[in-house]
Amino acid sequence: MKVLIPGIGGLLARNVARRLLAQGHRVIGIDPRGWPGAPDEIELHPVDIRKRAAEEVFRRHRPEAVIHMATISALLADAEERYRINLGGTRAVFEHSSSYGVRQIVFVGRHTYYGAGPDAALYHTESEPPQELGTYPELADLVAADLYAANALWRLPALQTAVLRICYTLGPSGHGTLAGFLRGRFVPMVLGFDPLFHFIHEDDAAEAIVKALTSRLRGIYNVAGPQPLPLSVIAAEAGRRTLPLPEALLALLVGHAGLPRLSRGALAHIKYPIVIDATPFRTQAGFVHRFDELTTVRTFVDAFPPGGRSIPVPAPG
Amino acid sequence: MADQISARVDRLELPFDARGVDDYGVSKWHLAVVFRLLALLYRNYFHVRAEGLPHVPPRGRAMLVGNHSGGIALDAAMVIAACFLELDPPRLAQGMAEKFLNRLPFSSVWTARCGQLTGLPEHAQRLLESDRLLMVFPEGARGTAKLWKDRYSLVDFGTGFLRLAMKTKSPIVPFAFIGGGDAIPTVTNLYKIGKLIGAPYVPVTPWILPLPRPVRLSVHFGEALRFDGTGDEDDETIQRSVDQVKERIAAMIERNRR
Repeated sequence: MKVLIPGIGGLLARNVARRLLAQGHRVIGIDPRGWPGAPDEIELHPVDIRKRAAEEVFRRHRPEAVIHMATISALLADAEERYRINLGGTRAVFEHSSSYGVRQIVFVGRHTYYGAGPDAALYHTESEPPQELGTYPELADLVAADLYAANALWRLPALQTAVLRICYTLGPSGHGTLAGFLRGRFVPMVLGFDPLFHFIHEDDAAEAIVKALTSRLRGIYNVAGPQPLPLSVIAAEAGRRTLPLPEALLALLVGHAGLPRLSRGALAHIKYPIVIDATPFRTQAGFVHRFDELTTVRTFVDAFPPGGRSIPVPAPG
Repeated sequence: MADQISARVDRLELPFDARGVDDYGVSKWHLAVVFRLLALLYRNYFHVRAEGLPHVPPRGRAMLVGNHSGGIALDAAMVIAACFLELDPPRLAQGMAEKFLNRLPFSSVWTARCGQLTGLPEHAQRLLESDRLLMVFPEGARGTAKLWKDRYSLVDFGTGFLRLAMKTKSPIVPFAFIGGGDAIPTVTNLYKIGKLIGAPYVPVTPWILPLPRPVRLSVHFGEALRFDGTGDEDDETIQRSVDQVKERIAAMIERNRR
């Protein structure tokens, strides 16, 4: 199958691309960041998905499938830029897919879609609307992109669309929101709160995305691996020190003193859990995770032993 | 005693991982700490007597349904302790916590780590479908708000628990809790002050604070009730079954009250 991956420069997307190659698929990538050292078999187009040159890639190559991974999480760019990339980019991907004969599309979204709050059910199912947007407006662009992708299910019935809401990824790349929390000098916690974090090994996440494609899923699916763990347990397993601070103090200190940079709204994500029920995906895609929760943390620790340098990270998204 | 408690925690038939955490975030470490405290209260302070324990299924889904009494959920804590300390194998009764508990620091963590999830229909259904032991007080916060003089009465029961029992094909094990109103004799409730701290109300006793007296408490479990149906029946049909549960609990209270 000829598969186009917008956002191929991201670490998870590269992992997906390598797996597709290994399975004998042809992979074409779009990403202005490029991919230094990419496998020769991958045809790379360092262009912006919203520009005319990206449409030309669709027109010329006529991919059969698209895995859309060109979204960015909060705080990597200002709000306007995020909206342009996440919503504008998603719109461009679906419009080009519809215009140039793509048969199948996988939108890779995030489980933070559901939001974190005190009155939310512990396990979110796909039928639930997003919540708590009022307290964390930085997620609005990703939620909008998710909803836009999901409406292709009825708007573009000829396009086999799968919207994935994947939990946090963790692994030896050290990439992602949870890894960011663990890579700082301290793991910030809101005093008196210790939410469950739902995470999946990055290899399992990449495999799940490939499975969504090869099993020709249609619909909206939560994607998770093993059971969630409390943040304090993850930190302890990773050999990290936690720094529980009263919420008001933490809000003042984030981004300083070795603490990750977080928006005020993002504090809800370290107070309350976002945990998902991924049963439909497991059943319909036949997905089984390889790494349990403790092994997943260990693979991260092996690559990033305790005592590493503090690195500012983006907010959950 | 600490070792006995840890041994009982180990015998809980819950899917704990290698770190002693289950898929709802219930933690063996937190349970051991809490049950050490509850065991002291249960055995040495309230001298709780539990009757009818064989009516609680040793495993599989079931719903414990009983009366509330005494300004705070002391009854819930003692029913949880009874199921843990007296049943063999021990079971973790999982209640539906008041929403404000999840908003407060520390109480948010301890309720969650001990399996007392926020009172939401989604949680109740999921726990039953996971073959857990759910504990329900259909009187809700109005039940704990009962004054001392009304301690043996029952206020209106909600109907959601019965629909859920039908939908999930779960047996209802009725229970009567006796003595909560004597341990914490509420003379009045302060609703405005409660609102300020996010709680439904603050109970006031003759000694002002809702600190329990060391009175003897008892919990009486009755024979399980099963209701056939889908849970989608009309209100009238459901209400008849709810009344049946309520009457059973009222009769058990009457039989065992002091």
